[in-house]
Amino acid sequence: MRANCWEGKQKVRVEDVPDPKILNDRDAIVRVTSTAICGSDLHLYNGFIPSMVKGDILGHEFMGEVMEVGKGVKKLKVGDRVVVPFTISCGACWMCKQELYSLCENSNPNAWMAEKMFGHSPAGIYGYSHLTGGYAGGQSEFVRVPFADVGPLKIENGFTDEQVLFLSDIFPTGYMGAEMCDIKPGDVIAVWGCGPVGQFAIASAFLLGAERVIAIDRFPARLRMAERNTKAETINYEEVDSILDTLKEMTGGRGPDACIDAVGLEAHSPGLQHTYDRAKQMMRMETDRPIALRQAIMACRNGGTVSVIGAYGGFIDKFPIGSLMQRSITIRTGQCHVQRYMKPLLARIENGEIDPTFVITHRLSLEDAPEAYDMFLHKEDECTKVVLRP
Amino acid sequence: MDSYLTTDDANPRVAARTSRSAQTRPARRGRRTTEGADNAGERPDARQSDRLARALGWFSIGLGIAEVVAPQGVARLVGLEEDDGNHRLLRGIGMREIASGIGILSQRKPTPWVWSRVAGDALDLALLGSALRSDKAQRGRIVAVTAAVLGVTALDVYVGTRLYRNADGGATDDAGDNTVEIKTALTVGRSPQEVYRFWRDFDNLPRFMNHLEAVRITGERTSHWKAKAPVGMTVEWDAEIIEDRPNELIVWQSLENADIENSGSVRFAPAPGNRGTEIMLEMRFHPPGGTIGARFARMFDEVPKMQMRNDLRRFKQVLETGEVVHSDDSIEPGPNPARPSERIPAL
Ligand SMILES: NC(=O)c1ccc[n+]([C@@H]2O[C@H](COP(=O)([O-])OP(=O)(O)OC[C@H]3O[C@@H](n4cnc5c(N)ncnc54)[C@H](O)[C@@H]3O)[C@@H](O)[C@H]2O)c1
Ligand SMILES: [Zn+2]
Ligand SMILES: [Zn+2]
Repeated sequence: MRANCWEGKQKVRVEDVPDPKILNDRDAIVRVTSTAICGSDLHLYNGFIPSMVKGDILGHEFMGEVMEVGKGVKKLKVGDRVVVPFTISCGACWMCKQELYSLCENSNPNAWMAEKMFGHSPAGIYGYSHLTGGYAGGQSEFVRVPFADVGPLKIENGFTDEQVLFLSDIFPTGYMGAEMCDIKPGDVIAVWGCGPVGQFAIASAFLLGAERVIAIDRFPARLRMAERNTKAETINYEEVDSILDTLKEMTGGRGPDACIDAVGLEAHSPGLQHTYDRAKQMMRMETDRPIALRQAIMACRNGGTVSVIGAYGGFIDKFPIGSLMQRSITIRTGQCHVQRYMKPLLARIENGEIDPTFVITHRLSLEDAPEAYDMFLHKEDECTKVVLRP
Repeated sequence: MDSYLTTDDANPRVAARTSRSAQTRPARRGRRTTEGADNAGERPDARQSDRLARALGWFSIGLGIAEVVAPQGVARLVGLEEDDGNHRLLRGIGMREIASGIGILSQRKPTPWVWSRVAGDALDLALLGSALRSDKAQRGRIVAVTAAVLGVTALDVYVGTRLYRNADGGATDDAGDNTVEIKTALTVGRSPQEVYRFWRDFDNLPRFMNHLEAVRITGERTSHWKAKAPVGMTVEWDAEIIEDRPNELIVWQSLENADIENSGSVRFAPAPGNRGTEIMLEMRFHPPGGTIGARFARMFDEVPKMQMRNDLRRFKQVLETGEVVHSDDSIEPGPNPARPSERIPAL
């Protein structure tokens, strides 16, 4: 089959690789009909997540048709149409029973590696380095899906791929980011990053009852997308002197009630701070550039919440722990517990509360993956979300 | 980063040092804290390894500065291709060298910093290895430099083990006690009854203990064990259960004629909050090959510990999900790209 493989820093290639086989009784093989490129893939692309091996198949946002099921699969049958969550979860361990699916205790065969890096291991993830399992990803024609009865969501109501594909990751992720803010009537929420994840966080904050949402980025097209799709107010951080002052001015001096970091470890900043973090990153003295996270903490109102859905992989410097502690700020984080949100969010799509297709800017063939990565990285052609068809 | 460290439990070279171990004596806290753990700083050979460490520290700083300020020169010297990527890499390595050099010199206990050098050496060796594969580089030079790095690595390892041993009171050689003890704990979401029953049926063990080939029951309390060992060898031993408390504890030890003298125990206790069973697995073994074997085993005792944890984790997977969980990487031994395998693995 054809698959998009990681070949090294900023290098991917579509290659011929062996077809996947059923390895465990609870596996299914899915023929991919649509897959997407995620901001998380860019962290791998740029070489910021350790333990990638040359030839790894990328991709964790995908859906398709069930081609084959193992003996132990009960709920799925050949021909079913499914969206597959990016987190691999067994459904049986304590974490899965608490609906903390991205912390499944059984799905990461390389847990020993993650324990070294993180102390304890999170769940396995498709196409997302060997720290989270070394599973082949979904930017390919076929994928082996473990625990097929637990993760995949059956799609029966004639939706198009594009309407439901993002249930695999970014819609639930943005939604969880907003949910972690415990939004109450009258709340003002600020969202750093208007990439696809940020867009869904903004939309979800409104779905959950936020009074106002302030969206922050520097790409006009992405800011416009937020304005067009919701009644978000926007800040282009390159056009203001100080994000903190601007946010204070916009919130009567209080600061936002909750701040969502939908940027992650490769944050950008026009100022000296960026140079500082970039240099430290290059010297391997910190792995992540926490510029948006620092701002989110400093900006948040006293006693507010900072919700971190942007991905971090290692260690950071100059973390404003004083601000966090002195001002009773709650910080909430996590890889999305996707399975928890798939059904309720499908219902919201069904009710017409949201149409997830608004983030798509490019539709390409799987064969175009290398150009698509490059374009998405550099935000060329106002690229925000790429859907690939094998 | 092309590959991660090969401390994978699929690595056959480290197989026999695992599990299947040992416990001839009653549990003793901590491995090498034995008799006369005198202050490391006062022993003559401790002073000597300190001096060596210091020399290594200065070597680190010198090399680091050269790599940072003149990466072209260093690249030429070691026969690396002179491109931007390699220069950047060398600068990074230089920073690391300087940091571990300063670490070694400024610490009262230089041990961890010397180990950081060992880790760095491993990285350099990997880098030089990949340079060897690249055509443009001058192989002769790289081979020479690899040999030099290997020499420094050996020195690092030597100093590291000496400092380590001194800090620990130097139990091993002097006391002739080669015991290596490892322990690890994991919670499994099943009752102590179920967990005990599954474990006590030794036929189940090879299912999740990767290096175990077979267990044969030979009597009421005795069994014969066969495990994979380094370089394609196998080790065998007879074991006897010396304590068996249903749903709580199993203690065993190897009998005479064992290829590796070993003993162990596994404890089962209810986990609070209805979370199943807390398992505590302890193993001890006396590596063959006397002092050298022991020193070697000890240097890497992280590895058997990791394997033991992996065995426990697979045990949990089987009990909780009914299967040993596999990714595309984990079905093949050693680091592998995450893509389907050509061959059908024997599972
Ligand atoms: N928690 C999860 O489960 C989960 C799931 C998916 C993605 N993620 C992570 O979410 C993050 C965003 O993903 P994405 O697909 O939207 O990526 P993206 O790269 O398309 O978007 C990131 C956006 O952040 C903006 N940005 C950069 N620096 C900023 C700053 N200082 N202030 C404000 N905005 C800034 C960029 O301009 C860009 O528009 C990534 O880190 C990704 O790994 C997490
Ligand atoms: Zn994603
Ligand atoms: Zn689980």
